[in-house]
Amino acid sequence: MALLESVLVVGASLAGHATARALRSQGFDGRITLVGEERERPYDRPPLSKGFLAGRVEAADLALEAAGEDLQVEWLLGHAATALDVADTAVTLDDGRRLVADAVVLATGSRARRLPGGTAAHDLAGVHTVRNLADARALRAELLPGVRVVVVGAGFIGAEVASTVHGLGLEVTVVEAAPAPLSGPLGVELGLAVATLHARHGVHLECGVPVAGLLGRDRVTGVELVDGTVLPADVVVVGIGSMAATDWLASSGLDVVGGVACSSTGAVAPGVWAVGDCAAWYDPVRGLPHRLEHWTDALERPVAMVRAMLGQSAGTARAPYFWSEQYGVMIQFAGRHLGGEQITIEAGSPATSDVFATYRRDGELVAVLGMNQPKLFTRARRSLPGTPLDRPSAVPQPVS
Amino acid sequence: MAENESSFRVGLLADLPPGEALRVAEVSPPVAVFHTEDGQLFAIDDTCTHQDASLADGWLEGCEVECPLHASRFDLRTGAVDAPPAKVGVRAHAVSVTDGEIWLTLSADAPNLPPGVTA
Repeated sequence: MALLESVLVVGASLAGHATARALRSQGFDGRITLVGEERERPYDRPPLSKGFLAGRVEAADLALEAAGEDLQVEWLLGHAATALDVADTAVTLDDGRRLVADAVVLATGSRARRLPGGTAAHDLAGVHTVRNLADARALRAELLPGVRVVVVGAGFIGAEVASTVHGLGLEVTVVEAAPAPLSGPLGVELGLAVATLHARHGVHLECGVPVAGLLGRDRVTGVELVDGTVLPADVVVVGIGSMAATDWLASSGLDVVGGVACSSTGAVAPGVWAVGDCAAWYDPVRGLPHRLEHWTDALERPVAMVRAMLGQSAGTARAPYFWSEQYGVMIQFAGRHLGGEQITIEAGSPATSDVFATYRRDGELVAVLGMNQPKLFTRARRSLPGTPLDRPSAVPQPVS
Repeated sequence: MAENESSFRVGLLADLPPGEALRVAEVSPPVAVFHTEDGQLFAIDDTCTHQDASLADGWLEGCEVECPLHASRFDLRTGAVDAPPAKVGVRAHAVSVTDGEIWLTLSADAPNLPPGVTA
């Protein structure tokens, strides 16, 4: 590889900022350029559905940069990237500028998935998604006393928003198309255990009946389900997952179907790397590229990727980890739930919101879940095997 | 210097095996005392500066503890933090052992508490 003198990072959120930090802390003294679509300096997104939405935490508290931090980075904020030239490692911005660097890091994150049926539903006033600071500000401004809220989707974002809205004293209903919420990440039994939090706090959860459409002319007035039920609503929050923000890579020739396909160290093509929510790193356990979408990975994987960029061993990735806070209960999960594991509740119970559960495959611990069980959870998390990243894996080649 | 006027006893060393932590909740904000695998004792504020979480429940490795919720690691010797989401360190306190008893002397500095948490 040619001497690395300049790195262009596209995306200035958690993964992009962590990449710049990792480059500097690992001794890279060349030029770093950070391109960000939003105007804000890097900020932390998890509180957007929790403390920030509740008004307990302000925007200044979300800053990822420490006071006085100076990574000697050239910031290009408020600019979206519109195209990547893989062969030239060049990125075009929305103002027509073309930036060339020795290495380009794709860290553009993800976008909130929208309801099917085009943008019409999302054009109604009162309909929200929660992905960035502007989204959360707009939603927060509408959570006024007496407002009826319907949350579409009982995944983590939907559940956190419902919990926050309930905490503000508003009436909230959650609708989930799947028969059991969170069965993908946690399995049916424990997904239901977590979902009982809604009912135990008096929040109605309707499962197994998909949304037919949103009602209203200019402003939303309700949510109609496929069985004809109409749930009146003044505010609707759609939390039905996210998609890799890779639209801008359509002309690049890269495989971006399920996120940017990468090696197990984040390599995409010579001089091109990807990390964070937009990236699908090769997972040796699954045997295929996989988009994790976990905050902790967006923070930690840049360190491994930068090691590889600088010609060092990428080391070992810890087992995937995520958390969610709902109704004052801290839910933590580490490892991989691929289906077919033997799941055992080792301590506590769903009724008291203090479950500690293990997931075993052929007797080996592969995942662990805790609800308000930080000590047991952390101890078990430590014993989960990590994933060596340097094991040779095919570096995906651009499709032409 | 363990038993000067501002020191107080927080427990017995025999009750705190290596690799374990003790949460001292009698003081506000609470303090966490760690017994590292190689036998050293350290004390720092127990509350992560990012969010209300007990560092005594965290992941102890060498002379560092990682917050049980997120990824910030605190140096037990100085209280300094390595990475976001926490942006400022915690206070480090003096800790010593006399006749098998653990004694704590609190730092006179002001604590760094997470948004929304008061001592």
